[in-house]
Amino acid sequence: MTPRRKRTLIIALCVLGVGFAVALILTAFNQNLMYFYSPSEVAGGKAPGNRPFRLGGMVIKGSVERGNAADLTVRFKVTDFAQERAIAYRGILPDLFREGQGIVAIGTLDAQGVFVASEVLAKHDENYMPPEVAQALKDGQATKMAQP
Amino acid sequence: MIPELGHFALAVALAISLLAAVVPMIGAQRGNVLWMSLARPAARAQLVFTALAFAALAHGFVTNDFSVAYVANNSNSALPLAFRISALWGAHEGSLLLWVLLLSAWSCAVSFACRGLPLAFVARVLAVMAIVSVGFLLFMLVTSNPFLRQLPPPLDGADLNPLLQDFGLVIHPPMLYTGYVGFSVAFSFAVAGLIGGHLDSAWARWARPWTLLAWCFLTLGIALGSWWAYTELGWGGWWFWDPVENAAFMPWLVGTALVHALAVAGQRARMLAWAALLAILCFSLSLLGTFLVRSGVLSSVHAFAIDPRRGVFILALLALVIGGSLALFALRAPRLASAAPLRLLSREGLLLLNNVLLLVAMGSVLLGTLYPLLMDVLGLGRISVGAPYFDAVFAPLMIPLLLLLGIGPFLRWQASAPPGLWRRLAPAAVASAALAMVLPWAWGAWQPMVALGLGLALWPALSVLTQVADRARGGLSTLRRQPLAWWGMNLAHLGVAVFVAGVTLVRTQQVEIERRMAPGDAIEIGGRTLRFVGVAREPGPNYEAERGRFVILHGGRAEAELRPEKRRYASMPGTPMTEAAIASGLAGDLYVALGDPLTDGAWTVRAYHKPFVTWIWGGCALMALGGLCAAVRYRRDRV
Repeated sequence: MTPRRKRTLIIALCVLGVGFAVALILTAFNQNLMYFYSPSEVAGGKAPGNRPFRLGGMVIKGSVERGNAADLTVRFKVTDFAQERAIAYRGILPDLFREGQGIVAIGTLDAQGVFVASEVLAKHDENYMPPEVAQALKDGQATKMAQP
Repeated sequence: MIPELGHFALAVALAISLLAAVVPMIGAQRGNVLWMSLARPAARAQLVFTALAFAALAHGFVTNDFSVAYVANNSNSALPLAFRISALWGAHEGSLLLWVLLLSAWSCAVSFACRGLPLAFVARVLAVMAIVSVGFLLFMLVTSNPFLRQLPPPLDGADLNPLLQDFGLVIHPPMLYTGYVGFSVAFSFAVAGLIGGHLDSAWARWARPWTLLAWCFLTLGIALGSWWAYTELGWGGWWFWDPVENAAFMPWLVGTALVHALAVAGQRARMLAWAALLAILCFSLSLLGTFLVRSGVLSSVHAFAIDPRRGVFILALLALVIGGSLALFALRAPRLASAAPLRLLSREGLLLLNNVLLLVAMGSVLLGTLYPLLMDVLGLGRISVGAPYFDAVFAPLMIPLLLLLGIGPFLRWQASAPPGLWRRLAPAAVASAALAMVLPWAWGAWQPMVALGLGLALWPALSVLTQVADRARGGLSTLRRQPLAWWGMNLAHLGVAVFVAGVTLVRTQQVEIERRMAPGDAIEIGGRTLRFVGVAREPGPNYEAERGRFVILHGGRAEAELRPEKRRYASMPGTPMTEAAIASGLAGDLYVALGDPLTDGAWTVRAYHKPFVTWIWGGCALMALGGLCAAVRYRRDRV
């Protein structure tokens, strides 16, 4: 093979390789982007029905119900002071989960409109609220005050 | 009095570093020997004063001086002494002081070690490091002063965040920062070389041991952080592709590329401009990592700094340093001599491929980390990029890299593949493929992923063994005559193999059980029986704990006991902290954590069997050891 053909071959392989890598990255990226929605946005139908997304809000006091103790199911409600949404989770809740605290949950909406969570995130100290939740709560309060 | 002295020492350090940044640089431009010779003493004086400031703050922690706001916010009289000292770097201001101290320490080390180098070059290197110091010292004095007083002082401190009260915290930040800051040496070498308009292989040979040392520390720092998350967070995870983890991982990827590029540049005088660019990129990522962690833009475990002023300052510092060095590179690099084109199937060619793969991997991690930030800043919505993205992209990129790892060391410099190469490699290749197929099947755990992962781990390991066997053929004395750097390379590559094996096996074979357990209940996990005995109260120095007792039975005989705890710290009474109990071994871990108390003394319990998880950190330790060997006995005179 002449040096020139060899060089063309190498360049072609590089382009192919880079193209493959870029395609891989972009596909994986698109499939794994997760959007955050507040309970009001979910109530307004903005959340996707079949893809996982993040739902955040403040846990309503007194709304936590533990189901049959053997299978570790728990249900609770979150609010952004304008709308609320029920969340069902199966497993052990993180230590920092408490009523009256802001949390973020990852999961999907089921047919009854209950948010079935695969993960509940509370990875921060007790005085810190995730920025997205704080923003959602502020927006919720603004909506509430704007209503006559 | 002492905090004020510490504050003053910082101000003096700033003045010295300003001097050290300006005078030697101008001296080097003008050829003024007196001005250039100011560089070394200035670097040493800067260390003295930064160390004084550090000692002053440490004094505040040791003596429980709660009139200092930083001490009051992060310590407590009931906190054990070791944690009181490590609380120094537990939050924003103190960790910046640690950063600056380490930067001064590296500068001082360079000032002592660089005797054989021309004075103008040394002056420039130390001046560049001083410029970075000026930036950070200014940042500290203007926005993040750790010596601010709080009057009247509170009766007792707010205590260190309980998540940070762990042995891992005592050494993880210093290790990590030593690595981050150590890359500034390579950066300064690159910038100094570019300013002087002269980069040759001697430059690369001088830079390499410093870079290797920094890389070792960063490897250990990241491994410690991962191990700490595994033991402290109670969920058994060791890597979450969290933005702060990525912030440390990206400099590591580029640092690895840099170490390999410097090998080429130092021995063959090629890829010099490329190595300089990598050095700039590596330190830029360290600075970017600092920005990501310190400015509070992310909501993650580490978000300490919530002041926007700080974010703006760091962003400006970042823009100046990175923008300035890249502009310098664009201006000066074309002047550097370009060598003849590389052959692909030579050692340089494969090392170049190694660099390309590592950089693409870094790019994908960067995209996933910065994209949500960008979207938020532009107001286009709040999104997050999940861990599956990183897994889906990173793993395939590592496959060709691991394949190359086995081949590279067998190739010669500047020559294409020797005729006997495939014959030499064939036994290792066939053996890894065969074992990768057979072993999972023999263990009853056959999955394509397991076979692939094992194969990719076995291949570099067997390649290393083949190399050692080849040298050993000349007798034991030949083996002993191999340079330490060669052993270092093989140890590090072996470390990679061990790491990959650990990750493959943990990910595919781990078992997680979450269940309600009453005293007397038992579960089967990891080939053992885990029996729950009960929970009792145990007071601690600054917490109240409920300690559970679990017995591990094997074949009906009690092997060990696990005692996980649920602690309530006096400083955070409403929030319980989980302390997991781990029975660790070479073949894996049994990991137990308490969940919530239920009625009748029953508890929800989380138990994991994590096979070969210790190989993850063992692999990292081997990598660091290999790097250390290569750094310590690096022969600068070798051609």
